[in-house]
Amino acid sequence: MPKIFIVIPAYNEAESISQVIRGLRKEGYTNVVVVDDCSSDNTAETARKAGAAVLEHVINRGQGAALQTGTDYALEKGADIIVHFDADGQHDPKEIKDMMDPIKKGKVDVTLGSRFLRKGSNVPLLKRVVLKIGVIFTFFYSGILLTDTHNGFRALSSKAAGRIQINQDRMEHASEIIDQIKKKGIRYKEVPVTIRYTKYSRQKGQSALNSIKIAARLIWTKFLR
Amino acid sequence: MVSLLQVIVIVFVLFAITRVFFRYQDKMINTFELVFWSLIWIAVAVVLFVPTITEPIARLFNVGRGIDIAVYFSIVLLFYLVFRLYVKLDTMNNELTKVVRKEAVKKRK
Ligand SMILES: Nc1nc2c(ncn2[C@@H]2O[C@H](COP(=O)(O)OP(=O)(O)O)[C@@H](O)[C@H]2O)c(=O)[nH]1
Ligand SMILES: [Mg+2]
Repeated sequence: MPKIFIVIPAYNEAESISQVIRGLRKEGYTNVVVVDDCSSDNTAETARKAGAAVLEHVINRGQGAALQTGTDYALEKGADIIVHFDADGQHDPKEIKDMMDPIKKGKVDVTLGSRFLRKGSNVPLLKRVVLKIGVIFTFFYSGILLTDTHNGFRALSSKAAGRIQINQDRMEHASEIIDQIKKKGIRYKEVPVTIRYTKYSRQKGQSALNSIKIAARLIWTKFLR
Repeated sequence: MVSLLQVIVIVFVLFAITRVFFRYQDKMINTFELVFWSLIWIAVAVVLFVPTITEPIARLFNVGRGIDIAVYFSIVLLFYLVFRLYVKLDTMNNELTKVVRKEAVKKRK
């Protein structure tokens, strides 16, 4: 049996985190790592009570930084497969199986969740437009054409997780991961997933305006680093 | 005749140079930076009192007025310094993240 670690970056998700963790445990995932990013609510305490291993950033460093922290920890604990999972309840724990399947079979080293592979989409219109622009942007940035580039649902073999090093601390990490997959020639595959849109997740999620800032920062660092 | 502008600028230049020197004493900047910044501020003062000094340089670059070359130079310098600041900030942010991430793993409860 491969050792599976679920890594959840969380920022002010006290309202949803315990239900997310319980959902994961119900599916049999006991190694749940929550990286709390200096939330102002009691996300960390709630997650701990729900049975997760909680790592805490003393100051907010962003989702990318948190994913790297959780990944480092999971690798240290001997993970074979690492799954990136959202704290706001948008991902379905039942789909982790599908995400891991191609990795277990040794076909690929990374699977990327895509909300656009299934017919019929529940994605709100504005979000869909922004995400598609993200897809095109990532194509020009990294030279990989995917259907969904800004999806926090991923699974990585320990080998791939060790090779990918996230340097973009904030939301830019999504494009960066794809960039590294391409540059390092890591085998990948997109897997259809469903993203739940609730009032809660839409209120808290990334705004369309913010994505312009994200793109600007990516272009800037491409020239800089 | 000393103009009011000249008085204001020279007071500021003197203030700036003392700041530079104090930073050097605190070891916040190295000798190169001390010399660099001192020269910049001295140059500002010189140009202020002897504006004609910039004319040969202006002629060399085919720029009409001497003072223009000083303005051009300042803008380029400013751009360069802002750029360096950005790079430094970026590096610092990265280092900060490294520390925070290490602490998080070490202190896992
Ligand atoms: N650690 C950490 N996690 C964050 C931060 N911002 C967002 N997240 C988490 O990242 C996940 C996705 O963020 P979200 O804002 O919902 O993005 P969206 O679903 O793409 O709109 C959620 O689990 C958030 O709790 C942050 O600054 N630090
Ligand atoms: Mg979300």
